Amino acid sequence: MNDHEDHDHGSELGEMQLRVRALETILIEKRYVDPAALDEIVETFQTRIGPRIGGRIVARAWSDPDFKRRLLEDATAAVNAEGHASPVGSHLIAVENTPGVHNMVVCTLCSCYPWEVLGLPPVWYKSAPYRSRAVRNPKGVLADFGVTLPPDTAIRVWDSTAETRFIVLPMRPAGTDRFSEDQLAALVTRDSMIGTGVALQPEDVAQ
Amino acid sequence: MNSIHDMGGMDGFGAVRAEPDEPAFHAPWEGRVLAMQRAMGYARLWTIDQSRASIEMLDPALYLTASYYKKWFLALEHRLRMHGLIGPDELAAGKSLRPGVQLERTLSAADAGAMKRGEFARPATAQPQFRPGDRVRTRNLNPATHTRLPRYARDKVGTVEANRGCHVYPDTAAIDAGENPRWLYTVTFAASELWGDDADPAITVSIEAFEPYLMPG
Repeated sequence: MNDHEDHDHGSELGEMQLRVRALETILIEKRYVDPAALDEIVETFQTRIGPRIGGRIVARAWSDPDFKRRLLEDATAAVNAEGHASPVGSHLIAVENTPGVHNMVVCTLCSCYPWEVLGLPPVWYKSAPYRSRAVRNPKGVLADFGVTLPPDTAIRVWDSTAETRFIVLPMRPAGTDRFSEDQLAALVTRDSMIGTGVALQPEDVAQ
Repeated sequence: MNSIHDMGGMDGFGAVRAEPDEPAFHAPWEGRVLAMQRAMGYARLWTIDQSRASIEMLDPALYLTASYYKKWFLALEHRLRMHGLIGPDELAAGKSLRPGVQLERTLSAADAGAMKRGEFARPATAQPQFRPGDRVRTRNLNPATHTRLPRYARDKVGTVEANRGCHVYPDTAAIDAGENPRWLYTVTFAASELWGDDADPAITVSIEAFEPYLMPG
């Protein structure tokens, strides 16, 4: 079971559909949950909360030195002041990549992830390969993502073992001096904010 | 609990495979599980660490093979049964056979979209024992119950990088022994301390460590 441990296969799908429907029916009939609230939660994570929010935060930090300073000082307060779709709970921490230091975030014990700014974690983030290797061989993980850093780069891995949550502030790509915040946000990938990627280069995206 | 969920440093799981353009959910039921988990969490029947402990207690073979949302589902079902909120007969029947109990609060659709994460900081009851820059050694703790000190970082010498404030202590919050707030620190380790002398000197790893996990280095 080397890969795809978190993917669903046919038999599980059918079984799980039935079991989940049964549980939901019971919870609704007992008035423990409001089906409209469940719909709203699903809708929120499918359409409103995702890495676009984090991308806008990073673009803002690249463009506005005062915001960047506040973000690195207290990311929860700085992000909430922006009024994004989902208020950020306490203890969001932004960690900055520099030419000498690359940050990578993992949760080896479960799947802790900054939902409010990145949305739901991708399957690989919750998978055994990532959780086992990120703290021991982060360069190998980066290679899995096709990323090679300059050889003298220090790698700093953050294991999210408490209720603190981490977002990586990737390095701003060269040649973007005249870019608007919207243009910059298009360069910020989800993976660059986890630390398994770097921001896109201007030539990577059609502006 | 020294079980399979504590994966840091293990070998043999292969390469990380990212799925291009991954959807939020791979099947509609995954979204329903997430929503039920959030909505029932809102009722304050259990803590986030009790939720995590329920997943950690799954059979290790199942833990490795079940999808993440299936693990969530099994743990949710387990907690609902443990709290007497649903019965095995109802699960078998696929419908409610008795009226529900009154919950402290239920989540409305209006509040569901802007749900905020719980607040875990608590007022301090003692001065912090460590300061940024201090050398610390993690304790060799092996509780049979929930802990957030990973195995790979036990009995290791590191440096306190930051004090994150006083927080709910997961080890007691998970076992109905109270919030027991404790200071939380970011503690950084050289890769060689964790993985041996041939580890890459360019790599450092930090954990978020509660004060009871630490002693002076």
